[in-house]
Amino acid sequence: MMLSRTASSLYWLGRYVERADFAARLVEATIRLDALSPRPAGEAAWHSALRVTYSDDAFAASNVGFTASPVARFLTVDTSNPGSIAACLDMARNNAKAVRTALTRDAWTAINRAWLIFNGRGRPASRMEPLALVEAVKAETRGFEGAIHWMMRNQATWFIRLGAAIERADNTARLLDVKYHLLLPEGETVYGVVDRDQWTTLLQTVSAVTAYRWLYDEGLKPHLVIDLLTTRFELPRSLAGCVEETVEVLTLLGKRTGLQGEADRMARARLSAMQRTRSHDVIVSGLHQYLTAFIRENELLHMAIAKQFRFG
Amino acid sequence: MISGGAFDEIWGQGGPGAARPEFAALARWLHETPHAEFDRRLEAAEVTFRQLGITFAVYGDVDAGERIIPFDIVPRVFTAPEWDRLSEGLIQRVEAINAFLTDIYGAQEIVKAGVLPPELIFQNPQFRPEIAGIRPPHDVWAHICGIDCVRTGPDEFFVLEDNARTPSGVSYMLENREAMIRLCPELFREFRVAAVDSYPDMLLATMRSVAPRGAGQSPVCVVLTPGHYNSAYYEHSFLADSMGVELVEAADLLVDDDIVWMRTIGGRVKVDVIYRRIDDDYLDPLVFKPDSLLGVPGLIAAYRAGNVAIINAPGNGIADDKAIYSYMPEIVRFYSGQDAKLPNVQTFRCREPDALRYVLDHLDELVVKLVDGSGGYGMLVGPTASKAEIEAFRTALMAAPERYIAQPTLALSTVPTVTAQGLAPRHVDFRPFVLTGSDGVKVVPGGLTRVALKEGSLVVNSSQGGGTKDSFVLMRDASRQQSQSQSQSQGTGK
Repeated sequence: MMLSRTASSLYWLGRYVERADFAARLVEATIRLDALSPRPAGEAAWHSALRVTYSDDAFAASNVGFTASPVARFLTVDTSNPGSIAACLDMARNNAKAVRTALTRDAWTAINRAWLIFNGRGRPASRMEPLALVEAVKAETRGFEGAIHWMMRNQATWFIRLGAAIERADNTARLLDVKYHLLLPEGETVYGVVDRDQWTTLLQTVSAVTAYRWLYDEGLKPHLVIDLLTTRFELPRSLAGCVEETVEVLTLLGKRTGLQGEADRMARARLSAMQRTRSHDVIVSGLHQYLTAFIRENELLHMAIAKQFRFG
Repeated sequence: MISGGAFDEIWGQGGPGAARPEFAALARWLHETPHAEFDRRLEAAEVTFRQLGITFAVYGDVDAGERIIPFDIVPRVFTAPEWDRLSEGLIQRVEAINAFLTDIYGAQEIVKAGVLPPELIFQNPQFRPEIAGIRPPHDVWAHICGIDCVRTGPDEFFVLEDNARTPSGVSYMLENREAMIRLCPELFREFRVAAVDSYPDMLLATMRSVAPRGAGQSPVCVVLTPGHYNSAYYEHSFLADSMGVELVEAADLLVDDDIVWMRTIGGRVKVDVIYRRIDDDYLDPLVFKPDSLLGVPGLIAAYRAGNVAIINAPGNGIADDKAIYSYMPEIVRFYSGQDAKLPNVQTFRCREPDALRYVLDHLDELVVKLVDGSGGYGMLVGPTASKAEIEAFRTALMAAPERYIAQPTLALSTVPTVTAQGLAPRHVDFRPFVLTGSDGVKVVPGGLTRVALKEGSLVVNSSQGGGTKDSFVLMRDASRQQSQSQSQSQGTGK
């Protein structure tokens, strides 16, 4: 039987790698949004990136304007910001280090390499362009996911995947919610150029531009982007995809360990609700409210998982 | 300072050019490999070590964070006869250490016989009265010993220090070998080098062999670490990983009704054998340091009840204490009836007035060590010390002479080492690892060679800027010919 501490560290390893990866994607998307937007929409883009990572208050405390360079710095290399890529990788590596014996050499090396981007001698990260930096981080986290894929199909991998699925659900929900916060500049119309750029950027953040084209034969429509990112099971980063992944991994864990309980019940209930959900209804009754409830539910599921596997 | 006239492991006494006959091929390799090529391979090794995170933390050195121990590419090589002689001495010594621990926490015959002064045992902070009367499972105390050896000439091997508590370095022995196989495959074609990678299997077999009798067919073995901020954490995780056992922290364990359990996702699992990498003081707050948060309350009671084996046994510190070390020849003779096959370095016990007088008069020639110091801390290297350092030590010595021993600075052997100016001799020591299970004592054919990277320096500790080398133990020529003829016959059969 796996140590409870090991299970907890693996789960958090999964979460922090996913969080670092997401932060990298967010920075990349924001750079794009900033570049495409007429001023001062660029600032709004950076502001919203901070909101997605819940770090706008912390940044505001530094009394620097919401311009590209300081915000990008804050979101990437600044370890005083717990949501920065560097901080997430630090936490991921700490967890990986605590459970090295549960990881393959490849998986550990991948994490350590990602961490070294920020902590190598001479700290090259501080001198790298944000785009080059997020590219490097994304490449290393992809390497980690690849290494996980080749680990034994046992509890260790499933706890990592469980953490990743829970984190990813949270990230996607928060990303979608940005549109709620990201107001259109005055004079811009819904479905106008800026609005369109914003939706495209959301798709790019979760690598879903091509998926969109495959699934929908219309040009870019906000309600279809919402449909794709909420209820489409084909997309691994959609809310539905994450919810399904959570159920799958919990089932695998239950079969192997004999541990099933509240977390499984919650996850399954969530899945069947998701199967009944129509994105049209979500939009009509309020996307922001829906996402807020989803994020809260995700947190409750996290707590049930921690209890079920005796974390902490 | 000393490297000039010292015995070199490869060149012998002759100096570069004329190698010891066994090492002609190695000498050729050293001469023919361009310096830039050595540099390139060393860089590759460093990148690998860093990516693998083979690091150690230096205490009190916050800025340094995690460091990698410098690795040198030129191996230190033992011939088969050299190794045989060394192993015999090591086995004899470790058997004596084990007999000594059994005795000192039991009948105390050696004290009654007047071989050791009683105060040296009973007033020694490393003696644990809490342990007296406990018999560890199968009467094995010193399961894993690292015996630090030095060499000063063709046949002059000495033991510098015994480590019978939690000797480190085995992960470097194994990782250095991996690095050498990747970086210098040609050396392994030239030499038949004994494999070291059986060590984890041997260690696990040793652990299982000393499981308490009630443990059943497959005893649950674990490695206990203080956690991932410990300087040797890499080694702890490496060992647990390569043995396929759980790496636990104290908080993962609990003792209930004198049984040790670990907390798993499925509830409690009984633990039979603990390879602990934390010191006695932090093992069990109910018995040792009460304010320690690291320990497992009740662990010693479970041990006393015979329900768990602890590796190495609590209380072992008395056997590798530097004051006891000076009596090791007498200890070996007392328990084995034979002279020690591996001599000690001459040691002055400053607690003895005559010795103290001599030491104070010759501070600039001697190495003075704290009896309970380790890792190069609390140490004076007379010949390289400043006047002020010597005077500070003199004051400390006079205040508490019993805390110190002194040894002459030996002309430690050298091994050619890659430096900015090309190959140059650097002093080395050697830590072989000796395993004792219920089925006897074994020496792994290899060990950790530590090298002082500064010219002339004798200080090899990693915390003091030392590096490491791979240590080749050559197999006998017979086996080489045999394996060659085997591969030849396989070749013709195709």
